[in-house]
This record gives sequence, C-alpha cells and structure tokens, in this order.
Amino acid sequence: MAKVRGAVVVDNEECKGCGLCVVACPHDVLGQNKQVNSRGYHFSFMKNPENCIGCSNCAIVCPDTCITVYRVKI
Amino acid sequence: MDVKDIIKPENLVYEKPGMLTANTMHYCPGCSHGVVHKLIAEIIEDLGIQEKTIGVAPVGCSVFAYNYIDIDWQEAAHGRAPALATGISRTNPDKIVFTYQGDGDLASIGTAEIMHACNRGENFAVIFINNGIYGMTGGQMAPTTLLGQVTATTPYGRDAERNGYPLKITELIAQLPGTSYVTRQSVHTPAAIRRCKKAITKAFEAAMDKKGTSFVEVVSTCNMNWKMTPVQANQWMEENMFPFYPPGDIKDGSKADPASFKQN
Repeated sequence: MAKVRGAVVVDNEECKGCGLCVVACPHDVLGQNKQVNSRGYHFSFMKNPENCIGCSNCAIVCPDTCITVYRVKI
Repeated sequence: MDVKDIIKPENLVYEKPGMLTANTMHYCPGCSHGVVHKLIAEIIEDLGIQEKTIGVAPVGCSVFAYNYIDIDWQEAAHGRAPALATGISRTNPDKIVFTYQGDGDLASIGTAEIMHACNRGENFAVIFINNGIYGMTGGQMAPTTLLGQVTATTPYGRDAERNGYPLKITELIAQLPGTSYVTRQSVHTPAAIRRCKKAITKAFEAAMDKKGTSFVEVVSTCNMNWKMTPVQANQWMEENMFPFYPPGDIKDGSKADPASFKQN
C-alpha cells in the first residue's frame, strides 16, 4: 500500500479552470468542479482524495500557482 | 487518515513562491506565461538575488510582468528590451539583468537589438517565449508561425511563397560569438518544467558570473489564439512545434575568445 499520503488545497477564486492539473496528475486525484467560482471558472478539486501522494505535479504545471501541496509519511 | 490531518503547516511540500505577488494574473486560463513567471520567481528566491535583479519587460502579453514578480522592472519599447538591458547591465555591473520577451517582440521588431546585444556578449539573460503567434493583439502571424498554421492574418495557413519561412531565431543566436548558453525548453509537462527551471537557473548564473549573453527559448502555447483548450494546445505543440523547434541545448560553453578573431 501507499506509504505516503498527500493532499492539495486549491485556491478556488484564483483557479481559472484550465484543466492542466487534471491531466498532469498521475493518480487521477483532481477533477473539475461542476460549480463555478465568482469569475465563472470550473475550479479544480480533489475528486479522489485518497489517491493523492503529494507529488506536486499539479502545482508545478498550474499557471496561476493556486495549488498548495501537503504530504505526510504513514 | 483524513485530509484535514494531512493539511498542516509541517507537511507542506509546495506553495506559491513568496516572490510572486498576490495579484491575479491577467493571462488566459492555461497560458504558459504563468508557469514561466513562477519559475523565474522560484529561481530568484532560490538564488537569493531579489535585491539585485532587474527585469526588462517587453511589449506583448507579458507587458504587465511587473505586477506579478516582486523585483525591479523596466518597461522597454517594442523589441528594444535588449538595448535597455545593455544600458542597465553596463551602468550597474553588480546587478543581475534579464529580459523577458515574446516572439513578436524578439523575433520580429526586435531582431536587430537581440542580434547585436548577443553579438556584443552583453551580460544578461534572455527569456524568450515562443508561441508562434501574436497573442496580445489577437492572433496574427508572427515570424515564428509554422508553415500551414492558421492565424488571423493567414486564414488559409501560412504559405512560404506569400509569407516567407518560419524563423529559427535561437539557432541564429547560437552562432553569435557573444553567447555562452543557448537552449530551447518547454513548459508543457512537469518533467519539462523541471528541466526548464534548471536551464533558466543556468542562464541567471551565467549572467551573475558575467559569462556573456545566455538565451533560453521556451516553446509555449497560446491556446486562446490557437483556438484550442489548454490540454489540446499542449498536444498540438508536441505534435507540430517540436519537430520544427526541437527542445534541447544548442550551445553550452563560453563566449568566443577574442584571440581567435585576430586578423593577419
């Protein structure tokens, strides 16, 4: 089983819903929300939070740097 | 384990670099400019050179770069960023100077300035964003537009007879004796972004060590003017731009030795 668990926090108001983080994620953690933020973008969210390993790929490709990544060893 | 137990300050592995200001970027969703801005901010933070870095912003989408990276900036006239950077780096030799230019700025109206600055071997770094189109003005043909690429001014695709050939400006600059490091990178995948960060770090270090001009081309997307989604634009770039603009180092050495230019 996975020895690390991760979690990401998306700044919903900063996210422009480009979807680059969704394809960059190797474990299918992120998805685009059906809801929109105040600017009308479908912001990203963790649809499968238990799969996250905290690899930071989503945060690295995010053009608006609205993702913060946390990781913990278990 | 609950997500709330993971999200604690001691488990933090990646956050927004402190050099980036809190302003929301005006770039379109998925624009490569945001990633390159973030890399520059991270590198300046890592090297600890915030107080002595001066950026020269071009005309183009990145004209507002001073809103986002918390260093000193100068705004150049269209294409003239290398001329301004020459003046700044010569009068302030203790500062680290870099220009940030797009392809409409550097490869079109500013070709003379970049060629002569690189030929003189001025001590600054050049970040060149090549997306093959004029982004800010609405997607007109740029010198770097690929043959057959549809833009606002080439609605049937760029034709070599009518519009000329795409310009490989990075290969031209690599031949100039004043350049020490010339490379082409991209920012479409996490691996490519990590490589690009190493390249820009090297360029900044070359500028700090007064090794001559260092030049980093970043092959980028302009999904809005290419009329694609950001994900499609990255795929299109891999399939169409990379065969013509292959990523990799073109020149990695030092500027030419004046002794080798002796005339008999």
